[in-house]
Amino acid sequence: MHRTPRLFLFAAPLAAVPGRAVAAGMPQLNVHDPLLIGQVVWGAVIFAGFYIVLSRSALPRIERVLSNRRTRIQNDLDIARRAKAESDRASAELLSTRHEAAAQARANVERIQNEARLSAETHARETAKRLEADIANAEARIAQSREQALSSLPAIATGTAQNLVSRLIGEQDEQTIASAVKRVSA
Amino acid sequence: MTGEASVAAGSTIDALGQFELHPVLGSLGEALRFSQSPLFMLIAVVLVLAFLFIGMRPASVVPGRLQAAAEIGYDFIHDLAIGTMGEEGTAFFPFVFALFFFILAGNYLGLLPFSFTYTSHIAVTLALAVTVFLISILASLRFQGLGFFKHFMPAGAPVWLSPLLVPIEILSFLSRPVSLSIRLFANMVAGHVLLEVFAGFTIMLAGLGFFGHILAVAPIAINIALTALELLVGVLQAYVFAILTCIYLREAVAH
Repeated sequence: MHRTPRLFLFAAPLAAVPGRAVAAGMPQLNVHDPLLIGQVVWGAVIFAGFYIVLSRSALPRIERVLSNRRTRIQNDLDIARRAKAESDRASAELLSTRHEAAAQARANVERIQNEARLSAETHARETAKRLEADIANAEARIAQSREQALSSLPAIATGTAQNLVSRLIGEQDEQTIASAVKRVSA
Repeated sequence: MTGEASVAAGSTIDALGQFELHPVLGSLGEALRFSQSPLFMLIAVVLVLAFLFIGMRPASVVPGRLQAAAEIGYDFIHDLAIGTMGEEGTAFFPFVFALFFFILAGNYLGLLPFSFTYTSHIAVTLALAVTVFLISILASLRFQGLGFFKHFMPAGAPVWLSPLLVPIEILSFLSRPVSLSIRLFANMVAGHVLLEVFAGFTIMLAGLGFFGHILAVAPIAINIALTALELLVGVLQAYVFAILTCIYLREAVAH
């Protein structure tokens, strides 16, 4: 990309600058320089040492830290997931318990209501029976009194009539009055 | 680039002097053939390892800044390597990681004044590319046996074309280390020569008096822009080298 203009720029001053610079050539190509070979040998040693330290110590150390982090995050996620599952289960349990309790409460209420109704009904029935009996007694007593009253009525009426007649006319004919009373009340 | 931007007699710019190797540590360095190039390799390796070890020292579940940076570096290369090579290529991940950070640190260290860019030496990049090439061949033979050689005859091509296709495939296969090494080497050399040349222009212009002083600002501005470009190129070339390595190794491990 930028290589062509760079190389041109690089070549232009070299062409423009005469003398020593060009004549001397590139020091990199001076194969007779013992330092040139020396730097390759030293470079190989240094690079090998670099590689060994990296692969034995530095990179595994970083890898350990990174994998520790991954494991830790994974564990934390697992713990969080487990906690969530547990809380879900607990909440479901709570919900079902509440449902059960509500159902039981409803059943209890129903049962108590039923019992109350039954006892009320029994009570009412008993009361009604007792009252009926009382009524019957009372009626019987009334009938008896009435009968008594009715049976004593002619005597009273006769007595009253005799009194009235004796007061009015001073005499009395018991027979006539009794028959008259009988006729009237018949 | 070396800070000793030598402007010989004020008229020539020694753009290539920055790539010369000088022994360090005096006669000991000379005897051990130890130049500034391996010194900067050592610095780069120590810096990368220090970054990783110091960054990962807290080893905390919630990383701090430096740890996050180290982890991003790890994840970036891990995704690149495993994404390209697949799980079979896991064994090569440290190698790709080492390559990427070795090259990246070399490219970036070279941008500091008074430092040296070891990736601007074809010998170094070629050694890296040949290592990749040999490892991919060995991995191919290990994972595919002699079936590896079938790659030189593209599947589905007519047989009568094979006298043409097979040499082409072999040639393209053999050119891999060359292109791999020259790409990195040329990019780094070009960038550093440009930086040096424009820095030289500044010094030359500064010698021309008042107007020269004003004009000398222009190459500095260009150098600032070039430095930004070099920051991009540095990471891009490291990435290209790493991903091509992954692609070659993918061919080796997955068939």
